Order: sequence, then C-alpha cells, then structure tokens
Amino acid sequence: MSHDLTRLTASALAEKLASREVSSLEAVDAHLDRIAAVEPDVHAFLHVAADQARATARAIDARRASGDLTSDETGAARGGSELAGVPIAIKDVLCTIDMPSTAGSKILEGWVPPYDATVVAKLRRAGLIPLGKTNMDEFAMGSSTEHSAYGPTHNPWDLDRIPGGSGGGSAAAVAAFEAPLALGSDTGGSIRQPAAVTGSVGMKPTYGGVSRYGAIALASSLDQVGPVSRTVLDAALLHDVIGGHDPRDSTSLRDEWPSFAAAAREGAQTRSLKGLKVGIVKELQGDGFQKGVTQRFEEAVVLLTAAGADVVEVSTPSFEYAISAYYLILPAEASSNLAKFDSVRFGLRVNPPGGGTVEDVMAATREAGFGPEVKRRIILGTYALSAGYYDAYYGSAQKVRTLIQRDFARVFAEVDVLVTPSAPTTAFKLGEKLDDPLAMYLNDLTTIPANLAGVPGISLPVGLAPEDGLPVGIQFMAPAREDARLYKLGATLEALLEEKWGHTLLSQAPDLAPQEMFASEEGAV
Amino acid sequence: MSTETPSSVSTSANSRPAHAAGDSSAGEITTAQVEHLAGLARIRLTPDEVTKLTRELVAIVDNVAKVTEVATPDVPATSHPIPLQNVFREDVVGVTLTQEQALSGAPEHDGSRFRVSAILGEEQ
Repeated sequence: MSHDLTRLTASALAEKLASREVSSLEAVDAHLDRIAAVEPDVHAFLHVAADQARATARAIDARRASGDLTSDETGAARGGSELAGVPIAIKDVLCTIDMPSTAGSKILEGWVPPYDATVVAKLRRAGLIPLGKTNMDEFAMGSSTEHSAYGPTHNPWDLDRIPGGSGGGSAAAVAAFEAPLALGSDTGGSIRQPAAVTGSVGMKPTYGGVSRYGAIALASSLDQVGPVSRTVLDAALLHDVIGGHDPRDSTSLRDEWPSFAAAAREGAQTRSLKGLKVGIVKELQGDGFQKGVTQRFEEAVVLLTAAGADVVEVSTPSFEYAISAYYLILPAEASSNLAKFDSVRFGLRVNPPGGGTVEDVMAATREAGFGPEVKRRIILGTYALSAGYYDAYYGSAQKVRTLIQRDFARVFAEVDVLVTPSAPTTAFKLGEKLDDPLAMYLNDLTTIPANLAGVPGISLPVGLAPEDGLPVGIQFMAPAREDARLYKLGATLEALLEEKWGHTLLSQAPDLAPQEMFASEEGAV
Repeated sequence: MSTETPSSVSTSANSRPAHAAGDSSAGEITTAQVEHLAGLARIRLTPDEVTKLTRELVAIVDNVAKVTEVATPDVPATSHPIPLQNVFREDVVGVTLTQEQALSGAPEHDGSRFRVSAILGEEQ
C-alpha cells in the first residue's frame, strides 16, 4: 500500500486525497517510510521533519473532513487546491521557519531562519506538506551536489553517479519516490540539469515569475526558484501555487499568469503541435555531446515533427561565449551576496587563537565555514570586480549578456520555442570531475543561456542512453513570460513518449529498497 | 535575498593597491595577488590553498577571458535579464522581525544587540 502511494504522481495522489480514498497522513507516512528505506543509499535530504509533516497532515485531514479547506488556503483560483495534502521536499537554499536552512554550507549549520521564503509560505497556504530539506552544492555552486558540505547525494539510477547539481537532492528525492514534488532553484541549470540526469522534470520559470524572497541568493540577476516533479502536469500544478507577484521581491514581475496546469492538460490532451515552430539550436548539439544523448534527442525531435511541429535549425553564435560570461557574472554577484556571512548576525563564528578584530574573526569564520568551490568563486568574483580588471572581465561579460539576449530575440522572431539536449552527457561518476573545476563548469553549457537572458526553460526525460542505460533530458526554452507554452509542449511530448514506451521512464529505475522493507512499519528517520 | 548585504566587506576595497589599470592579460595572477584578493574577500587561506587557487584561477581566467573577443565598444552592457524600474512601496510601518527574532540566529548577542569583536586593531 505505502509503496503504491509513493509511486503516484502528485496529481494522481491529490485526486485520491480529494475523494478521501487516501488520507494525507497515509500519504505522508508512506513517503517517510520510503525515505527511511532509501536515504542510506541516496542521501537526498539534509533534514527530515517527520513529526511536523505528520502533524500538518493530520491538520489537513481534519480540515478536509470538516469541509474547512477554504478557497484561499487551497489556492483554488490558481489550481493549487488540487495539491492540498500532497507531500513536498524543499531545497535547502530556501528559508523555512521550522527547519534548518543551510544552503549546503557549514557556515549556516543548524541555522533556523526567523521567516519562511515566500514560496514556502505559499505552498503551506495551499496545503502542501513539507517533508524536509534537500541536499545541494554549497550555496548552489556546482553541477553534481558533490560540493555539499554534508556529503554528496547519489543518483537513484546508479548510486555511484552524481544526481546533477546544484539541486541534486531535490531531483533525487523525486526520482527515488521519496517525494512526488520538490522545490529547486536554478541559477545556471540547477533545476534542469539534475532533472535531466535523474529522469525527472524540472522547470526554470521566467526570471521574476516566482518570488526569490527567502531564497539564499547566489547570483541575484540569474537565480530563479522553480518546480521539480515526475510529470509536466505536476510541475505546472506546483508552479501555479508558487508563482505570481510578491511585493517583498523587488525583481518580481507584476504579470497576471495563466494556469500552467491548464496548459499542461491541454497539451497532454490534444497531442498536436500543428502550427508550432521549433528551433534546434545549432550551437548546442554535435561535438561534445554524448552519442546516446544525441540519439535520444533526435528521436524526440522526430516525435515533435510527427505531431505537426515545424522544426528548423537556428543559429545563436553568441551562445559560445555564455559559459565564459556566466563564470564572470556569477562569481562577481556571489562574492557580493556572500559578504553577508560575516559571523555577526547569523551562522558560524570562529574566534582565531589569541583573539583579533572583527575582521580577523570574519576571515577565520569564512575560512572554516566555506568549502573550496565557494572560496574559489568568491576570490574569482573579487578578481573580476577589482580595479583594472572590472571593464575587461565583468564589463565584457555584461556585454556578452546583451549579445545573448539579442540572439534569443532574433531567433524567437522566427520560432516559438528552442530545443536542445538538457545536458551534454548523462550522469557522470562521483568524483570524476571534482578536481577539475573547468570540466565541471562545462556541464552547464546548455542551460546557462536561459539564465543570462531570463527566459524560461524546462527539462523532461526522453529516454535512456543506450551505452549506459542512464536518463537523457530534452530542454525547451521560450520567450520570457511564455512559460505556459513550455508546459503545453512538454506535456504533449511526454504523452507521446509514454504512449511509445508504454510506461513512464522512472518506472524503469532500479527499486532501491527491497520490497520486504516496506512490510515492516519502521518509519523512524 | 534573505537579508541585507553588509557593507563591511567592501569598504576596505578603497585601500587596495592599484593594479595595472587596463591591463587585462590573464597570465599575471600571482600568489601575492590571490593573497590580496582573499584579504579583500575576508577569507583566510593556508599557503597550500593559495598555491592551488592561483593555479586554478589562472586556468579559469584564461578561459573566461574569451568574453573580450566579442565585447566590442558598440555593445551596451546588460546587468539584468528583464528591464525593471525602481520599485517603491508606501512609506508606512509594516510587520518586521522582532528584536528577539532578529537575534535568534546570532552567534553572540547581549539580549538586545549583536555582540562583535573589536572593530579596530591596536595599530589603528
């Protein structure tokens, strides 16, 4: 029974909750059992709030029984009502008033914020039930979750491989059936690349479409919070809950957004792409892409064509410079954002031997509290912003950003969406790129342009690479504010693929916990 | 986003030595320069870390310097993905953190204020 509940999509579970066939407490218990069974292998979570989750589930069940799930609290107008009682995992970069929020860093070990991130407050209001906080590269700096100060997360498809990063914990939790939904954050691909390598779905919304208030900032002009799930519809349902204007985030857009769930349902139902112009990005394919990635990508494009899409190749020459621009802009912004970790107001304080000034304390604290990748990027950012280099590096990177935006604008005048593989390779081995920062940075080749231009991007699974049996993702990008277009198209392709396969991709993932483990009701975490 | 960024780290930037202005060749990152940058960033580093970071930064900067190939004077800079104007709200008192909440995560406090080490060293 519990095993079945964890296998349900969020929307299917929500239906059973709404019809009271299943209680929220049963759903939460099933996921806590699953977490207890597979966490020793996967390590997707940094913190599991079992008692709080059960208490919240009981409260939701009681309110449902008394007919007290009000329209506001269920978010009925935005489709959120459907998710009341559904469990969710939250990336540790997001502030939660009742759980530690470390961003994967020792400098914030044990820190419990005095407030919730807006997205967390919104999902609580919609009745979703936080199960815990997920692992990530420290301050979201990385593509493998190996830079977490609390040890890596393992890919559910192959425990010796990375789950992507920085949101490897959220993607692995969803792919390992520990949670049907998760929140992520995407600065250069941290939602989409983990989704790709774990066979899950991840969406980076339009910049400003989802509040960043209470998201511990990495690079403020690039960061965006978004949904992680096992289906396109589930991502859309969660996006409906967390999206929209927030007066507490000065970069939050004031747009009225359509229902993304409605777009996904329409896409899955019509399964027609007639009239849709799709551009394959010439610069993001071919050399440097794994053979099986290219093969599954091309097969998916064939399906798009068969469904009526007009697929053409487009060229975006400045994308070649995107990684270079990104690894100047991101460290520059991060070096400023992480200045707040000064040993005064929150987090770690290390007093150097013999005492010292506040400056000495700061330097000793940041030495002990930051890991090597964070130090590397702060120093790089300090360099890029320093006198004599500012114009050449940071200034030039900002100009490249203009060129990339111009490329997007030009091709979006010709096509409705762009399509690329989500990542150049399938999941690589843990440790394989840890000592080579440049090789690690190249993982973000395909995802970075969307962040630099602020446009939305979604990744969904298109199969397993024949050579290694690991998941491959496809990425679609749309013009800013056209997130609904991605949900509709994504749901169409997902439906066509599952029709072709006769199953979902994640149903093929190894079952990490032997069945007998579920017979014992040892839910303790 | 979670809190305001303190100015404490950037203020000392005024005291940095002038680098060769306008000279952007990447090969000149030295261990002395990395030590200086670490000082500006308020991160104490061991000599081994300085050596390793210097080597890594040389390689990274060699790569990212590629941006200078296309960043010609006629291209304007973009700092933000979506054009936005200043955002204001009404100047009214809203809900804020209580003193207790604000101090809840502080490494040291006296019940009403953050407690810090001496701001100035003896030589100052």
